[in-house]
Amino acid sequence: MTPVVEARGLTKRFGDVEALTGLDLVAEPGQVTALLGPNGAGKTTFISAVATLLRPDSGDLRVAGVDALAEPRRVRRLIGLAGQSASVEPAMTARENLEFVGRLFGLDRRSAKAAAGAVLETLDLTDAADRLVRTYSGGMRRRLDLGASLVGRPKLLLLDEPTTGLDPRSRMELWGSIRDLVADGTDVLLTTQYLEEADQLARHIVIVDHGHVIAAGTPDQLKTMAGRDVLAVRARAAGDLPAVEEILRSVAAEAPTVDLDTSTATAGADSGADQLATVVRLLAERQIAVEDIGLRRPSLDEVFLTLTGRPSDSVDAV
Amino acid sequence: MTTLTSTTNRSTPAPASSSPSDAGAGYLVTTTQTARRTLLQFVRTPQLLVMPPVMAGLFLLIFRYIFGGAIDTGGSVSYVDFLVPGFLAQTALWNGMNIPAGVAEDATSGVYDRLRSLPLPRSAVMAGRAFADTALNVWGLAVTALLGFAVGFRTHADIAAVVAGFALMLAIIYAFSWLFISLGLSSGNAQAAQALSTLIVVPLAFVSGAFVPIESMPGWMQAFAANQPMTVMINAVRSLTLGGTDAAGIGHTTSYWVLLTLAWCAGILAVFGTITVARFSRTQ
Repeated sequence: MTPVVEARGLTKRFGDVEALTGLDLVAEPGQVTALLGPNGAGKTTFISAVATLLRPDSGDLRVAGVDALAEPRRVRRLIGLAGQSASVEPAMTARENLEFVGRLFGLDRRSAKAAAGAVLETLDLTDAADRLVRTYSGGMRRRLDLGASLVGRPKLLLLDEPTTGLDPRSRMELWGSIRDLVADGTDVLLTTQYLEEADQLARHIVIVDHGHVIAAGTPDQLKTMAGRDVLAVRARAAGDLPAVEEILRSVAAEAPTVDLDTSTATAGADSGADQLATVVRLLAERQIAVEDIGLRRPSLDEVFLTLTGRPSDSVDAV
Repeated sequence: MTTLTSTTNRSTPAPASSSPSDAGAGYLVTTTQTARRTLLQFVRTPQLLVMPPVMAGLFLLIFRYIFGGAIDTGGSVSYVDFLVPGFLAQTALWNGMNIPAGVAEDATSGVYDRLRSLPLPRSAVMAGRAFADTALNVWGLAVTALLGFAVGFRTHADIAAVVAGFALMLAIIYAFSWLFISLGLSSGNAQAAQALSTLIVVPLAFVSGAFVPIESMPGWMQAFAANQPMTVMINAVRSLTLGGTDAAGIGHTTSYWVLLTLAWCAGILAVFGTITVARFSRTQ
């Protein structure tokens, strides 16, 4: 299958700032691809290049097989863009906004009307469809903005930090809408600085830093990349913790860490499942009651830290 | 499903479930749709619709009744007949002053990014903007003209000349709208755009022949005032509505001023239309 986005060695410089420094990326159809990275990593620059809003200085960029540098207008027929701010017109109703974008996509009046109606239904905005958008909440505006990128039935949806600045409930609702779209067959390329968002939505995560890709894969692959699984045991009685710690020390690959507040001891494990079985057996032999025991994958936060050498929320100066 | 490479007949209505027309939106559709969006913005935001004519009206009353008594037109016309044609011509500046802020807002809010990501002729977006801005300013001009007549202004020319005067003001408004749009596109944000446009409007409007005879200004200022485009435009509208250059108290002939005005309009349109379209269409 033709990749929905295929970038090779993209570079882009704005004055002294190198926004893209040889970015390579392949996004397969039929999934959400998330571009994850700190502020200034080059995520928005890349999305803008895919949306034909800016031209890379060098490199090759194809959208669904179409050369975005040579034939930007053909690419514009394939994409829908929802940028970082809700770019809907507050002095128009939701329906008017969607029909406006539909007409500009090349739909005739009747088709634009029908497409707008369908999008309003999909995004659960039918009740508020004929209200001026200036009366909308921030979450509703973002949802409508997402809708505006959909009226043209794009093959590829480009979402630049779709939930930045939204409250948790609105964020969950927008995630739901994005999942529904993917279920309907729209490919999505989104940027985010939230690990949780990438983990929740994307099958394919691309970690970008300083203008190029530093890691890519499924969430599971990335977590494996970050290193070993973690064995965690929560003792029922705090008095048992030293004994639990001793067992973990004898089994695990590294010295355990003990959290007294939660009565939990954790340690990295090389061959997770076997070592978990051993720990369970040893605990049973010594008749230590546990509240919870398990093997967990490292979080994406830990992945990010391992790969970039800094926590995910550190803001790049660029 | 339509394929993307074939060229389908654009007049064939596509069902909503299929891909949009291969050609994207045409020039006319893009212009009317973007003009409509901006017009709805004006009509549904009362301060955008009402404030410009109110401000113009206040200024007109101030000059008519407060400063007017102290200003000697030095000629055959009364101050109200001297003031109103010039005042109407320069409303193109005051009514256009808010355009850059609106354009800058569309540019920074992501609206223009979305439009640029759509399959449409980009220059048509700017044509739509200019159309809407012109319509708003014509509305402002109409209200101000009625007020002008209400406070005692009377034309002293045949109806054809008066109609030509108003047609000329339409051309002036249209040309200046492109200047203001290009200011908006060049400014980083709405505040900067507003400041920049004030900086341009105030000298063009006041250091002109609109409110006082240029001869009353210091010599160095007269050089600018007499030759800047607004004065040329004011002279054209005055001689058309007052019945000739003699009645308007200026030299040359009416057609001289009209042609010079049209040349200025064409020049402004050519320069700032090109800048605007190039800026908006440019892919960085």
